[in-house]
Amino acid sequence: MDITPHDRAPGDETTPEARRDETLAGLQAYLIGLGLSLILTATSFWAATTSALWAPGVAIGLVVLAIAQMGVHLVFFLHITTGPDNVNNVLALAFGVMIVGLVVIGSLWIMVHLNANMMPSATG
Amino acid sequence: MTTALTISHGGHGVPPGPSMDGPAPKRIVVSYGFWIFLLSDIVMFSAIFATYSVLVQATAGGPGGAQLFHLSTVAVETACLLLSTFTCGLMSLAVNIGHRAATYLGGAITFLLGAAFLTLEIREFAAMIAEGATPERSAFLSGFFTLVGCHGLHVTIGLIWLTVMMAQVATKGFTAFVHRRLLCFSLFWHALDIIWVALFSIVYLMGAR
Repeated sequence: MDITPHDRAPGDETTPEARRDETLAGLQAYLIGLGLSLILTATSFWAATTSALWAPGVAIGLVVLAIAQMGVHLVFFLHITTGPDNVNNVLALAFGVMIVGLVVIGSLWIMVHLNANMMPSATG
Repeated sequence: MTTALTISHGGHGVPPGPSMDGPAPKRIVVSYGFWIFLLSDIVMFSAIFATYSVLVQATAGGPGGAQLFHLSTVAVETACLLLSTFTCGLMSLAVNIGHRAATYLGGAITFLLGAAFLTLEIREFAAMIAEGATPERSAFLSGFFTLVGCHGLHVTIGLIWLTVMMAQVATKGFTAFVHRRLLCFSLFWHALDIIWVALFSIVYLMGAR
C-alpha cells in the first residue's frame, strides 16, 4: 500500500509536526471522500425519484453513479491508490472486478436467454 | 525471455525478487491478505446479487419492490452507514497518533451509527414479514432477504468485532498487533459500505421504480 497517513507504522521516526501534518492530510482525504459520496448518493436518490429524466435511461445512470461512488470509497476510504506499494492490491482488485463482472453479467445473460426459451405457461 | 530474466536478476548472486527494497512491512502484508479476503467476500456477494437480479421479476403474484420499499427509510440507512464509515476513518487517524480518547469516541460513534442502521433494517424486515412478504412468499423475496440479510449479518459481525477491538485497546493498549487488527477492521467496515452502495442502487432505487 502507499504510505499514506492511514498506513503509517506505529513508532515510525517522525517528528510531532510531521505527524500532525499527516493527520491533517488524512482528515482532508476522508472529508473529500465523504463530500463526494454525499453528492453521488443524493444524485442517485434524486434520479430514482424524479420524473424529470428519461425513465429508461435512469437504470444505467444509477449503475454509473454507483460505480463512481465505489471508486471514491476505494481511493479515499480504503486507500487503494496507484502508489508503488499498492501494485499488489490494485492487481487483486482488477482480478476481483473481472470475476464479479463474469458472475453478474454471465448469469443475467444466460438466464434471460433461458427465460425467453421457456414455455409460455411455465413463465411468471 | 530467459535472457531478460537473467538481466533483471543482476546475475551476480543477487537473489531474485520483485524489488531490491527488501520485504514489505508486516502491516502492508497483513492488509494485502485481508484485502484478498474482502475481495473474495465481494465475489460471494456478486453471486447473490446475480441471483437476486435473475429472480427480481419472479414475484409469483405477491408484492414487488415498488409496494414494499420505503426510500425515506433507505436514505436514512444509507446516511447512517456512510457517516459511520467516515467516523471509522477518523478513528483510524486517532489510532495512528495513539490518541486513546479520540479512538474510543470514534469507535463509539461508528458503533452507534452501525447499530442505528441495523435497527432500521430489522424494523423494515419485521414490517415486511408482518405484511405477509416473507422469504417463502416468492423467489423475489427469497433473493431479497438473502442479499440484504447477508449484508446485515456482515454489519452485525462488524459491530461485534468493533466492540472486541475497543476492549483490546483498553486492555492491551496500542500494540503492533492491535494496530494491525484495527487496520483490518477499518478495511472491513469500508468494504461493507461499498457493498451497501451497490445494494441501495440496484435493490432499492431500481426496485422502487
